[in-house]
Amino acid sequence: MVEPPLDGAQALRLLATMWRIRLFEEAVGRLARADEAHGLIHTSVGQEGIAAAVCSQLRDDDPVYSGHRAHGHAIAKGAPLDRTMAELLGRDEGLCRGLGGSMHLVDVEHGFMGATGVVGGNVPIALGSALAARLRGDDTVAVVFFGDGAVQAGHFHETVNLATLWRLPLVLVCENNGFAEFTPRSAHTNVERVTDVVAPYGLARDTVDGNDVVATWDAFGRYLATARAGGGPFLLECLTYRLGGHYEGDPAAYREALAAEEWQAKDPIVRLQRHAAAEGWAAEGEFEAIRSEAADAVDQAVAFARASPFPPADLLEELVYADG
Amino acid sequence: MAETTYVKAITGALAEAMRADDRVFVLGEDVAEGGPYTATAGLAEEFGTARVIDTPISEAAITGVAIGAAQSGMRPVLEIMFVDFVTLALDQLVNAAAKAHFMSGGQLTVPMVVRTQGGAGQRGAAQHSQSLESWLTHVPGLKVVMPSRAVDAAGLLAASIRDPNPVVLIENKTLYFRREEVPDELPAVELGVSATLREGRDVTIVALSRLVHDALAAAERLAAEDGIEAEVIDPRTLVPLDLAAIVKSVQRTSRLVVAHEAVAHGGFGAEIAAQVQSAAFDFLDAPVVRIGAPFAPVPLSAPLEDAYLPGADEVVAAVRGLVMPP
Repeated sequence: MVEPPLDGAQALRLLATMWRIRLFEEAVGRLARADEAHGLIHTSVGQEGIAAAVCSQLRDDDPVYSGHRAHGHAIAKGAPLDRTMAELLGRDEGLCRGLGGSMHLVDVEHGFMGATGVVGGNVPIALGSALAARLRGDDTVAVVFFGDGAVQAGHFHETVNLATLWRLPLVLVCENNGFAEFTPRSAHTNVERVTDVVAPYGLARDTVDGNDVVATWDAFGRYLATARAGGGPFLLECLTYRLGGHYEGDPAAYREALAAEEWQAKDPIVRLQRHAAAEGWAAEGEFEAIRSEAADAVDQAVAFARASPFPPADLLEELVYADG
Repeated sequence: MAETTYVKAITGALAEAMRADDRVFVLGEDVAEGGPYTATAGLAEEFGTARVIDTPISEAAITGVAIGAAQSGMRPVLEIMFVDFVTLALDQLVNAAAKAHFMSGGQLTVPMVVRTQGGAGQRGAAQHSQSLESWLTHVPGLKVVMPSRAVDAAGLLAASIRDPNPVVLIENKTLYFRREEVPDELPAVELGVSATLREGRDVTIVALSRLVHDALAAAERLAAEDGIEAEVIDPRTLVPLDLAAIVKSVQRTSRLVVAHEAVAHGGFGAEIAAQVQSAAFDFLDAPVVRIGAPFAPVPLSAPLEDAYLPGADEVVAAVRGLVMPP
């Protein structure tokens, strides 16, 4: 099945999403340094293209899971900026009423079923959502994002084995940024490509340039269409580059800073803008309008979050168990 | 009345839940073949292998799978074949299942049951004989259930499946084939409600799982040999705990013995003792006595395992020490 390639209107929507993620995370960084946003905060600056290309093709009822670097996935899946920001500030109007924070974002209404602070921990849970789809007989497709650091964990292999054995509609999206926390991939494994790691399980898999939004969109779209029709699982490895450190405040002395022009060549936003301009999808001025609209939305989100009250103390007891 | 066994009650409750609710399914190692103790025997024949799912030996992943299915609206019943291997599932149980509802601000619920079994007495040695319930009771968000009798094992399992929270139900391997007279219709049971199995004025014995039967046997001996009337309470669920019933009993008897097979050190008996002394210190005539295994792994050697395991003799001795001080 050949999916239609990215068109101009879709490309501009993706750009808007990427700018919302980029500017949201830059604001989060400032708020973290000012001790307003709390928790262990991991940003995905430089990796936004993957979140946008994948989530924009999904429906609200497609369950999406992520790891600890999850802001972009939540936002791309539809989580509102204001309530997401309020969550990071620990406020009652946050997505999770301020009880979860950066690594535990959940927005069930938009099918963002959760981030986790346990590396790779959501990979089997996403498979469980795919199993639920099979048992119910619906056509939802589960997607889980994880970093290349998760691939060395046992539960990752257990899950890939089960997913392929049961042929469930799951798309595993690996963001391979070459670093597991502070350590380059080469220090943790001899297998450079994640697609090579899973090769023996025999699932359909591909490695793409994750900072090439058009390529990521196309590759994911092909897998999604097949999974929607009951096929799967799939693994899409997106090579990307984390512009920031492991967490907010990490001086990242363990690697060389990218030269500005080198970064320009990698930045998924710049690349998509260039592509869109070359295709004649938008004029230069439109890009600035998209960025500025996103900046306004982020400013409003920060204002909303700051104005939101902290949760009441009795929430602690109320939410340990569900009623029933 | 009818005669049944603990394991038949479990199997029957699973089948009943699967008939009543399409969302209920069973997964685990060898479940389609019935498992080592036949707890899931016949289910694959009735419901098919789409709902009775054999899994590889991948405890971490299958626990995650159950969590995801539960979050997506299903009602999984996961079997961890021996509680000893819950160690491999603990990350998922502790970090995901127990916390999902709380961390999501109430958006997610995880209505899953983990069925597992523990206990020594079958020469299974140190890795197939443990009683690890106290670890699980320490995790906010999990419920922990330990049936001791066939008559309420079915009701406890049914209530666990209906519950919107993750529930770990720990069976005892030595009880599976114990014969028991039960009513034709097994009673419904609520989580968090204890059962007072014997009334008595002199001492309260709170016993868990297999030790319930030892406590009842001990109570009969104490009555016959010493004229001591012991009250025996089976909490049935550790989380939530029916503290009120235990306290009420202690207010009458003024003495408490807590008995379980798990290592006494850090065991759930310590929690019961602490809660009772907080709630009813003025009513206690003596320190609470805890009965549990010594602080050692379960040995293989038959005489050593027999000596290791607490039973009716230990309960009798503890009660005599409390009621008839030298």
